[in-house]
Amino acid sequence: MRAQSQYRLSFVLELVFSTVVTSMDLATVWVLFAVNDSLGGFAGPDVLLMVGIAAFAFPAADLVVGNVEKLRYYVRSGLFDAVLLRPLSALGQLSAMDFASRKVGRVVQGTVIYVVALAVAPVQWSVPVAVLVVLTPLAGAVFFGAIFVAGATVAFWWIDSGEISNAFTYGGKDVAAYPATVFGGLFRRFFTYGLGFAFVAYLPALAMLGRSEPLGVPDWLRWCSPLTSLTAATLAGLFWRTGVRHYRSTGS
Amino acid sequence: MVSTSAVRVLAALAGAEFRRYVTYRQATVAGAFTNTVFGFLRCYVLLSVAATTGQVAGYSPGQLVTYVWVGQGLLAVVNYWGNQELPDRVRTGQVVSDLLRPVDLMAGFLAADTGRAGHAMLTRFVVPVAVGLLAFDFALPAHAVTYALFAVSVVLAVLVCSACRYLVSLTAFWLLDIRGAQMAWVVVSGVGSGLYFPLAVLPDWLVTVLWVGTPFPSLLQAPLDVLIERGGTGHGLLLVAGQAVWLAVMVGVGRLVQRRALRRLVVQGG
Repeated sequence: MRAQSQYRLSFVLELVFSTVVTSMDLATVWVLFAVNDSLGGFAGPDVLLMVGIAAFAFPAADLVVGNVEKLRYYVRSGLFDAVLLRPLSALGQLSAMDFASRKVGRVVQGTVIYVVALAVAPVQWSVPVAVLVVLTPLAGAVFFGAIFVAGATVAFWWIDSGEISNAFTYGGKDVAAYPATVFGGLFRRFFTYGLGFAFVAYLPALAMLGRSEPLGVPDWLRWCSPLTSLTAATLAGLFWRTGVRHYRSTGS
Repeated sequence: MVSTSAVRVLAALAGAEFRRYVTYRQATVAGAFTNTVFGFLRCYVLLSVAATTGQVAGYSPGQLVTYVWVGQGLLAVVNYWGNQELPDRVRTGQVVSDLLRPVDLMAGFLAADTGRAGHAMLTRFVVPVAVGLLAFDFALPAHAVTYALFAVSVVLAVLVCSACRYLVSLTAFWLLDIRGAQMAWVVVSGVGSGLYFPLAVLPDWLVTVLWVGTPFPSLLQAPLDVLIERGGTGHGLLLVAGQAVWLAVMVGVGRLVQRRALRRLVVQGG
């Protein structure tokens, strides 16, 4: 943390612009709505709610475990050997190495967007909805965390896979922030339900708004996000352990 | 001024960089895959915006499809997110050995980047465009001359982007750590070049400011508008001429900053 603030001007620029990046997602959605006042059959405030959930969940996951993305550099340079030798959890160490304090700004910003969205969207408040409002962003963060870990684990087998995991982390963030009705064909089936990105924001947001899924997904599934997140985290954890066992250093 | 031997050296640099990227096979496959996934994502979002009104800022659905997929293909060719080699060499001081070579620092940088772009054109451009052609209905150019104009426009886009990234890298002479400047560049160039949405959806005054006052539209929006034949061949020629002007400006600024940067350089040790 102190190491990063040494290069002061660079740090300030990075802090400012990493906040701007999050605003860009919001601005993109806003620009699209300026052209047309509905997106996939949803009005602005409804989509803002989905954007808000994703805008909290993704940076929160990135803040906590995002550094596993760098696993491929540690594997290539052999630094991962040192990580394994220490009597601490390898995943915990990777997350703590190069902890990027600038990412905190994005989490705060995501929280603000989410709170504003809750105020402007026609949320049908009740006790179960209130519980869902609290649990959903956390479940989303766990889900994205699982995606980060699973994506990075691929580097144990395939060292230059970094960009592929980007498709699922950064791409997944975008998929999660839009109503699933926007997408079509195999892409929708695979990303939103097959991989479960619809559970991050779209389905719980529908439950908060008291709406049914227009494409006929059963109503009870809208409440299942915490369960899918736990499943995703378990699968990612198992995959990670398999990866660590498979790891055979870089030799010599 | 430019001797044939200098040209030969630059060509060799470009060739070496091309061959270097040929060896990064896994990264190429992974990158093309990611561009393709984002192609689907952006294509569906823009088509969904166009679904009710039939067009977005004057782009028909077919043109939007071309815009998104060719844009995803060009992304890696133009390469906004260039590598960190030069700034790292400045930070560690290794740049001194680059300066001892008989090739100008900037010319070497541009030549090497051209080699990289050539490789990307054959791999990273082809994959997303082919997938997009299979999955969606493209609006293909009506005139054969458009393809030629598009090719020129892409070359200019690569060079303008390279010159811009060179400038960003030069900030390392003052800042040492360029992550902040890099981040600023990525955000501003991405939005300003039409990577996230066609610039025409923005208010008119802002569009004019971007085209006239910044090099960003030259990076992506210009070649895409040329290919889509927005405003006809005459407008396409105008766009390409604008790119050429921006290339001259960016190279000029780059040279100026380079001279000042090198004056700051202090070589430590014996």
